[in-house]
Amino acid sequence: MRVTQVSAFLENRPGRLLYLLNVLAEAKINLLAHNIVDASDFGIIHLLVDDADRAVKVIQDAGVTCATTTVLQVSVPDEPGAFVSQVLKPLADMGINIEYSYTYNAPCEGEARIVLKVDDLDAGEKALANA
Amino acid sequence: MIWNKTYETISRSDLEALQLERLQKQVQHAYEHVPFYRQAFRARSIAPEDIKSLDDLRILPFTRKSDFRDNYPFGLFAVPRKEIVRIHASSGTTGKPTVVGYTANDMDMWREVCARQLVAAGVSDEDTIQIAMGYGLFTGGLGWHQASERLGATVVPMSSGNTKRQIMLIQDFQTTVFCCTPSYAIYVAEQAEEMGVDLSASTLRVGIHGAEPWSESMRREIARRLGLDPIDTYGLSELVGPGVSGECTEHCGLHLMEDHFLCEIVNPQTDEVLPYGREGELVVTPLTKEALPIIRYRTGDITRIDPAPCACGRTLARMAKVSGRTDDMLIVRGVNVFPSQIETVLLQVEGVLPHYLILIDREHGAMDDLEIWVEVNQQLFMDNIGGLRALQERAEHEMRETLGIAARVRLVEPGRIERSMGKSRRVLDRRDVYKD
Repeated sequence: MRVTQVSAFLENRPGRLLYLLNVLAEAKINLLAHNIVDASDFGIIHLLVDDADRAVKVIQDAGVTCATTTVLQVSVPDEPGAFVSQVLKPLADMGINIEYSYTYNAPCEGEARIVLKVDDLDAGEKALANA
Repeated sequence: MIWNKTYETISRSDLEALQLERLQKQVQHAYEHVPFYRQAFRARSIAPEDIKSLDDLRILPFTRKSDFRDNYPFGLFAVPRKEIVRIHASSGTTGKPTVVGYTANDMDMWREVCARQLVAAGVSDEDTIQIAMGYGLFTGGLGWHQASERLGATVVPMSSGNTKRQIMLIQDFQTTVFCCTPSYAIYVAEQAEEMGVDLSASTLRVGIHGAEPWSESMRREIARRLGLDPIDTYGLSELVGPGVSGECTEHCGLHLMEDHFLCEIVNPQTDEVLPYGREGELVVTPLTKEALPIIRYRTGDITRIDPAPCACGRTLARMAKVSGRTDDMLIVRGVNVFPSQIETVLLQVEGVLPHYLILIDREHGAMDDLEIWVEVNQQLFMDNIGGLRALQERAEHEMRETLGIAARVRLVEPGRIERSMGKSRRVLDRRDVYKD
């Protein structure tokens, strides 16, 4: 399914991630998952939160550049090979490229959740729906 | 030693008579052959015949760097293209360079004034001169090269860069004179020390430096680490290149080659001509240039002039080390950089003009670092690290193309660059080059 992720620009120096996540904490926005992509002196922080619209507002109000990105979220059984057979193979078969991906602990036991940014959202969604 | 005793020790009264005669000829030449000057004279209702004394110089219009741009590339040339034997160029305030040309006689004059300078620095035909200034359109490398040949010294035309090789050749060729920007001299000293080479014990004895401002503490450091006498020289391509003025071994100011360059100090705000001793903008009228008879060129450099004779025997007046600029021009690794050039590149690459800061540093006495901080706002941002990197690299590439030197572009968070100082605070120069 499609979910809205918040992507923020941060310089790669001590205290910047703390600053950003503290903004969310103070606004009582819950962080479900995050990942960092860095290019030595700066990075992009991907945030999956319980209220993306409000998160964008408070982050921008705090002076941090951010935007929303639509990503795919899939749940797979928490067992060996599930990611490969249920996600990666169908996407590869359809020629869909993954720009980045990260996993996080699902609320229920035995399930893993994966966030994927793909180059073709519609096709990606379709590929995973058929899987 | 003095290269040309006739002119370098000329009496002030003979000098003034010579300057007036040459000025009258020069003004006539500009008026007759350069439409830009003819129009400027007519607009002021003046004619070359109105120049009856040196004081009449102040009725003439000024020439500015922007006039070179407006007449790009050859509009200010006063001779047919066939007469031009050399072209050089330096940075302009925007995309187009400042282009200058020389006739065969101009080249002779240029060699003459630079040869005088070398001799004033204590150089002779016994010396081996390693030239580590850039060759090419920049006037530094070739300017000193041809003067060294005129002097009869042995020239090692290394050009800039290739530092390890420079150090090796200083040792192997027993180089005695090293010609480079002051910041490069420090860099060479550092590299040599890292290589375990003690250049202070080498054959080096004279440093010909220039093309950028430097402090007295840098001079002491160069002297100590390279074991040579660092000589400050001054020039700009619009006038000729190196050779406009330079120190003798007395180190008490830079002797102006006044038989070829008529110098004034003006108040940069009011344009009022100031008396000797007062600090202001140096304005120069070359007196013998054929290809480019520039009148009253606003150098943008702040200095003062002392006409008292020097202990070295020269009667040519001395200008003080340049103490600042009237405009926002920066000199980075000997290259003129205008913030407007950087702004143009950013606008072109980013599509919009972001908030930016130009940062120049000379950490631990090494080469100048030019860094441009660009704030990533909502418009510039994309959730694609490769895209942001590409933006950064494209900006760095375009900076190199436009400025002629490498600059690092750094993407920073909004608000990182201080706002309180207003628009003018686009430059943070941490080098303290104009201080002692």
